[in-house]
Amino acid sequence: MNQLKRIAGIIWMVLGPLAIYFIVQAAAGEIAKKPETDTKIQWGVFVAVFIPIAIGMVIFGYYAVKGEYDER
Amino acid sequence: MKQSKGIWKIIGASSLGTLIEWYDFYIFGSLATVLANQFFPKANPTAALLSTLATFAAGFIVRPFGALVFGRLGDLIGRKYTFLLTLVLMGGSTFAIGLIPGYDTIGFAAPVLVLLLRLVQGLALGGEYGGAATYVAEHAPEHRRGFFTSWIQTTATLGLFVSLGVILITRHALDADQAKSIAKFNDWGWRIPFLVSILLVVVSIYIRLKMSESPLFSKLKAEGKTSANPLKESFGKKDNLKMVLLALFAATMGQGVVWYTGQFYAQSFIENVCKVDFDQSRTILIWAILFATPFFVVFGSWSDKIGRKWIMLAGMLLAVVTYKPLFNKLITLSSVTERTLEKKSTDVGMYASAGITDTFRVSTVKHIYTDATVMTTITKDTVYASGKATVKPVTTVVKQLNTRDYWTMVGIVFIMILYVTMVYGPIAAFLVELFPTRIRYTSMSLPYHIGNGVFGGLTPFIATLLTTIHTTDPLAGLIYPIVIAGICFVIGVLYLKTKPEQLSEAV
Repeated sequence: MNQLKRIAGIIWMVLGPLAIYFIVQAAAGEIAKKPETDTKIQWGVFVAVFIPIAIGMVIFGYYAVKGEYDER
Repeated sequence: MKQSKGIWKIIGASSLGTLIEWYDFYIFGSLATVLANQFFPKANPTAALLSTLATFAAGFIVRPFGALVFGRLGDLIGRKYTFLLTLVLMGGSTFAIGLIPGYDTIGFAAPVLVLLLRLVQGLALGGEYGGAATYVAEHAPEHRRGFFTSWIQTTATLGLFVSLGVILITRHALDADQAKSIAKFNDWGWRIPFLVSILLVVVSIYIRLKMSESPLFSKLKAEGKTSANPLKESFGKKDNLKMVLLALFAATMGQGVVWYTGQFYAQSFIENVCKVDFDQSRTILIWAILFATPFFVVFGSWSDKIGRKWIMLAGMLLAVVTYKPLFNKLITLSSVTERTLEKKSTDVGMYASAGITDTFRVSTVKHIYTDATVMTTITKDTVYASGKATVKPVTTVVKQLNTRDYWTMVGIVFIMILYVTMVYGPIAAFLVELFPTRIRYTSMSLPYHIGNGVFGGLTPFIATLLTTIHTTDPLAGLIYPIVIAGICFVIGVLYLKTKPEQLSEAV
């Protein structure tokens, strides 16, 4: 089980940057489609809020890989 | 016996205040359209901008920020005074929103004041929940912590229930003529739900003032062991930070999307996709909440026996597997294609509008089916005095379900709220058990409000956005909660422990 937790950690580490990529891409697309202040604010807030969360996911994955969540 | 009476007083006092805070927070959301007309006229871009800020900033930025501000305070000066402060801030700002004159009277000051007060509401909500959950958990006996904290867990749903109920009653009670009553409500009656809040808040403040500080925190304080810098300890130390991240990604993230899908998105889906009328779409939710609420306590209590993990994860898994068929059933129940038409009536009226020479043509087509379902299609277009051709009439479809379909819908929403009770009932006990007393308020508040406020709060927005991208699939919006709950389920299965922890005072 501990081995599985560590391996899955790699997935969580990859998921972070992937999530950032998708949300920035979605934000850019939506703003380009409708370049109004409303859209910019909405997506600006999402990007600002989700980037730290995605970084948190990378740290979580890193801890998992390092065995911080292993059963002892 | 005396100890048992004491814990019920603590639960009553904590839950009442938390329920009021949720009520205050939800009436703003539930009355968004009315408030927009009063304070944020669409014709004015700056006012519309402030409206967007009020909606997004309060939920997604200010709530987690409030969790940090008040969590820190709660770990420094104590739980009692901190969640008393959040109650005062929430109650005061809600009451003040009810007093602000509209945009037509005081111009830009109106939306600016509403925005500021809405931000205070978000801040206060961010601080309230962690305080109430921590306070009750620190009073509760260890083997019944899930049961006692589950009463706090009922408050978010009951707050929504009370807000919907107060709005519906007020909307229909202002005049014997329903159309006039609704018009009065949209004009000034919307203020009543905001003003009523102050009475509840005063009662709750009085009760909370008489309560004593949490015994675990008092002991810590007497021994001089409280944290000097809870924020640094919570998020700067690896041993705590890893638990904050675990709480977020293995529990609150999935809980948030299940909570918002089962209650907010379901109601919005029934109204906007199924086209069920305003009152029915809300009373469906009200009944479902009423029947499902006791299960918060059932699952909270059960989690004391079998652990928190599998109940929460089972709720997420059931949501992932059954959301699509359940929402599909909602569509089927409201569809009229298979029904037999009994009667069709058409009414066309011309209405003049004050100040302009153009008139409105309103065509109302009513379809009555043999099973008592009614579908009304209202088409409104402008007849220009200049003779210009009419462009793009506005068509609204409203359906009234027959009794059988209505109660079947209640049953489906009940199932979705049952999932909410599974993921949410045990989560307060789960969160408080993850962190030591000296930084508990701070550490549990942040993952809760990111999970619930950000992941959950975004559900209606992202789900609606997905349906605008995948226009042919009305269930496309469910991709978001299904993916988030699915990831959370996998992380939970792998990393969460089954056995409840003892409340720890260690760092």
